[in-house]
Amino acid sequence: MPKKINLSLIITLVVLVFLYLPIMTVVGLSFNTSSNSLIWKGFGFDWYQNIWTNEPIISSFQRTIFVALVTTFFSLLIGTTISIGLNKMKAGGFLRTFSTAPAIVPDLVLAIGLLTTFSTISLSLNLRTVIISHTVFCTAFVVAIVLARIGLMDPSIEEASTDLGAGPFKTLFKVTIPQLMPALIAGAVLSFTLSMDEFVIAFFTNGPETPTLPMVIYSMIRFGVTPEINVLGTLLLAISFVGVILAQRIGKVADSI
Amino acid sequence: MLFMSVLTAGRFGGVNTPINFDNFSRATDSIFVQVILNSLLIAGATAILSLLIGFPTALFISRLSRKWQIILIVAIILPYWTNFLVRTYAWLVLLNNEGIINKFLRNIGLIDKPIEMLYTSGAVIVGMTYLYLPLMILPIYAALEKIDKNLTEAAYDLGSSAWKSLRTVSIPLAMPGILIGLIFVFVPSLGNFVVPELLGGGKTVMIGNLVRDQFLKARDWPFGATFALILTLILVILISLQSYVSKRVNINA
Repeated sequence: MPKKINLSLIITLVVLVFLYLPIMTVVGLSFNTSSNSLIWKGFGFDWYQNIWTNEPIISSFQRTIFVALVTTFFSLLIGTTISIGLNKMKAGGFLRTFSTAPAIVPDLVLAIGLLTTFSTISLSLNLRTVIISHTVFCTAFVVAIVLARIGLMDPSIEEASTDLGAGPFKTLFKVTIPQLMPALIAGAVLSFTLSMDEFVIAFFTNGPETPTLPMVIYSMIRFGVTPEINVLGTLLLAISFVGVILAQRIGKVADSI
Repeated sequence: MLFMSVLTAGRFGGVNTPINFDNFSRATDSIFVQVILNSLLIAGATAILSLLIGFPTALFISRLSRKWQIILIVAIILPYWTNFLVRTYAWLVLLNNEGIINKFLRNIGLIDKPIEMLYTSGAVIVGMTYLYLPLMILPIYAALEKIDKNLTEAAYDLGSSAWKSLRTVSIPLAMPGILIGLIFVFVPSLGNFVVPELLGGGKTVMIGNLVRDQFLKARDWPFGATFALILTLILVILISLQSYVSKRVNINA
């Protein structure tokens, strides 16, 4: 089938250019020394040095990392508990779908749902509400991943552990959790990345005094193309790329354990 | 149970108005109906465009050696893991009147005046296709990859042309993947308010923009929730349709 392969080869190459040209343009422009980022003046790291002294960016970055860490902790805790529970209960399709619903519902709908909930119980909007919201959102992903892994587990191993005299806690920590490790790591990496990049939910459930990094980027982008965003975009790209590669490596190592 | 409260609370907003259906009749005003239709059109165009370039890509990848399959799939997912605001912003840079594409076209003498590409529906569609294309390629690739290679080869050996074996073997067998891809692209496109605002420049208003404006600008939460409900309903109908069709396809196959 030589002819068809050629056509799909061309389309594949076009797709790769389509996917990489825009972000590579941003990366290229981030090394521009000009203050008008669309006019090339020279190669340099001027704006990279500049970014470390940009207070709103640095403090929002710290807030974002903080939110992502706390969110990951709670999502993992709640998500794993729900998954083990659902598995023990032999819960049917409805409960499973129900627990993963926040991952399927459009983020905008989830965001306004959370916003109205917070306002109903008069919770003021700040980082705490963002953490709660992100936990609701990320827990769903953790449940989806951990449930898939539990499905592959052989229940007779847990039974064997109980028969041999291990208490329920010992079985949980010595048998169940080690078997779930790859799923737990994947869930943690996913929760952290999702929370760090999340904009729509944070936009609705955060207060004005404590913007997260995506919120700061959003307000910057609205003013058009600036050198700061080129640099920030490049740094975020680098972080994501390293993160994906790390996750792959960890996944491989965890799978081989 | 937290989830339930979230979903039900979303429906009628945080204000204690007597329950009535005024908001729904308000929502059928022609201007809002237009926004809903426009959103369906843009999200639909995004899904179709993604399918048109995503299917051949998935097909090509599924026929490579195992090693190259993994390399290309990672290459396609990688941009997806980047912040979506940064990816949207990248198109702001490209499509700008002073942007790379216009400069390039002017330098090779194709045009004298910059083409107005930014702030059009076209820019919104291209931007969203860029954002969600990996979500189209992955499920189709997963479906194609599972097809027994012998089937397509058998069709070819039995005298089917390449195009015919594609049409009668690969496409029907990949149908569940295609449907999932269409949903994966359509769903986030329909509710998106950032891309229409940044690349559409406020000229392209979608359901997401209406919801956002009702909540944050007009402060009419119940009315905003009405649109969110309409959005959810459209998506629920589509997803049920998708699972129905893909069950039918599976029975036939």
